[in-house]
Amino acid sequence: MRAALSGWRVQRISAMVLALCVSVHLVTMIIVVHGGLSAGAILGRLHGNAAWALFYAVFVLAAAAHVPVGLRRIAEEWLGWRGAGVFAVSVLIGLMLALAGLRAVYALIGGPL
Amino acid sequence: MSELDAAHNRSVAADVPRKTPGRRADARARNHPAWWAFLVHRLSGLALAIFLPMHFWALGTALHGAAAFDSFLAVTQQPAFVFAEWGLVTLLAAHLIGGVRILLIEYRPWSGLRKDLIALTAGGALVAGLAFALSLTL
Repeated sequence: MRAALSGWRVQRISAMVLALCVSVHLVTMIIVVHGGLSAGAILGRLHGNAAWALFYAVFVLAAAAHVPVGLRRIAEEWLGWRGAGVFAVSVLIGLMLALAGLRAVYALIGGPL
Repeated sequence: MSELDAAHNRSVAADVPRKTPGRRADARARNHPAWWAFLVHRLSGLALAIFLPMHFWALGTALHGAAAFDSFLAVTQQPAFVFAEWGLVTLLAAHLIGGVRILLIEYRPWSGLRKDLIALTAGGALVAGLAFALSLTL
């Protein structure tokens, strides 16, 4: 139970997914930033594209699982905050990140043009 | 009796928390590549975690149409934003390679300190940052 709550495994498994997603994201950013960012170019690339939708949805969910564990470690080790309350807040942060992230994915892929 | 033993006996006799001389985890213990790798990983992770909600909110402006999204993107053309963007890309690369280093250390057979992985993290982040800067400005 203690091990499960520590989030060690969650952090490592999500890290493996994120390693692939972040690699793709870094290459994408380096390519698309060339010549400046515009809504037309970004939406033209992403809008209605199911493959990018799936990629970014997985990316968002992996990040939403990964971030709360790291924040919890910092809270515990640097601030001395621990316990059920801190755990609950970190899970809430993860849920809010997932919602905000999926909303952003929807905005770019299924939103208005 | 050595000084160490004497100190030990004193702490046992007084039933106080033991303080072994010279074994504090102070700055000397921390001035090591692996500790710096830990600090960079933690601080870059914290910066990315703080950035992420703003990133999602910014992309969410596309819900109000391409014009609204474009007016946000125009704000990000300011030098301060571009510099922060470059910094975050570099930190993301550092967190990525530093994270793979941790996975390799934890999941692969043990093989020494592997400072080469720390050097790879620093070098890889530099390369990614420079590539982004080059693409941005050329």
